[in-house]
Amino acid sequence: MKEFFETSIEPHFNYWVYVILMMIGLWAVIAKNNLIKKLIGMSIFQTAIILFYVSVGVKKGSGIPIIPKAKEAAAGAGEHGAAGAVNPDLFANPLPHVLMLTAIVVGVSTLGVALAVAQQLFKDFGTLEEDEILEQIKTADKASPDG
Amino acid sequence: MKWFALIAVVITGSLLIYGVSDFPDWGDAQSPANAGAKSSTGEPIGESVSQFYITETGRLTHVPNLVTAVLADYRGYDTMFETVVIFAAGMAIFAILRVLREDKHTLGPPAKDTTADGDHGRIIVGTTCKILIPVIQLFSLYVVAHGHYSPGGGFQGGVMLGASFILLAVAKDLGSALTWFTEKRFMTLACVGILIYAGFGLMAQFLQRHFLDYGVLHVILPKTDEVMARSHSMLGVEIGVAFTVTAIMFAIYANLSSRGELKRGL
Repeated sequence: MKEFFETSIEPHFNYWVYVILMMIGLWAVIAKNNLIKKLIGMSIFQTAIILFYVSVGVKKGSGIPIIPKAKEAAAGAGEHGAAGAVNPDLFANPLPHVLMLTAIVVGVSTLGVALAVAQQLFKDFGTLEEDEILEQIKTADKASPDG
Repeated sequence: MKWFALIAVVITGSLLIYGVSDFPDWGDAQSPANAGAKSSTGEPIGESVSQFYITETGRLTHVPNLVTAVLADYRGYDTMFETVVIFAAGMAIFAILRVLREDKHTLGPPAKDTTADGDHGRIIVGTTCKILIPVIQLFSLYVVAHGHYSPGGGFQGGVMLGASFILLAVAKDLGSALTWFTEKRFMTLACVGILIYAGFGLMAQFLQRHFLDYGVLHVILPKTDEVMARSHSMLGVEIGVAFTVTAIMFAIYANLSSRGELKRGL
């Protein structure tokens, strides 16, 4: 058991956390009946993906991806004729940060659209429970079969 | 339905966990995402784009914050269309919720005038906001303008600037926030942000380079060489992003909290 923990969980714990968060989000999206709870599940799912991306970009012993004195570092590289002035192992991978930076803001906007749709549904049906909305649609269809 | 959901979730989860065993260890600097793909014998079989960003950004753009450089320059197309997505989300909320017709029946009682002297309950909140909101706005502008040198940039600063208006709307009422930031103003601001971003791209195209290839802009920007032109253009597009994000964040809040009537908030 201890060996299993050390070889497969400890070096991969970030992936385990993201899988668990993703399962919670997926469960909420599929199984919950309330539309707002579905949206909360969608947000948890999104958070899991963000956590996954950011944890992929981590390097042990590295700092934030900001190079102090970028100009001087570049000038040093020019003098020595090589691009080796900046050691990539000292800076975290910037690419996942960029992707998730935009994904967070876009996630907020799409959540806003989803909430707007939910608000409009509540205005029309008086409820946010999925089965009640479906029932109301079915009875409305029976009342006017040609419509 | 619950059983179906449980089966689907468990199958997805176990497949993902099964895949996890092949993933690189946490914090591995030599993982494919960080250092490029390796063949089975450990020979590198391709340059990692992240390594390129870290080693070459300083020389090519003079921007210390790699995230800003990648966001606004190397992945300029991506960021531009992310901004368009935010803009489209704002327009979608406008289309779904906004009530343009004056309907006497849906209007509630008239909004309580919270600025009147009699409302002592909000003195503490109001005074705190009066002190805090200018500081928040100033700091958000700093975050936008200083995005090259410290963590920050258009998205973060824009969200903070939008949040300062939302704070005003929450603390007083939506009406007083809307007197400063009217619907016409925030819709215009959202469009202007996109146009600033696309304008930088088009300017590069008019100067016979590719869309969003900023280096050539040193021709029209004063006292810059090709490297500094990229740095300054990044600041320009970040300002465009900040405009759109500010406007749309406030538009989302204003429409959601007043059910599209833009009269009375929460």
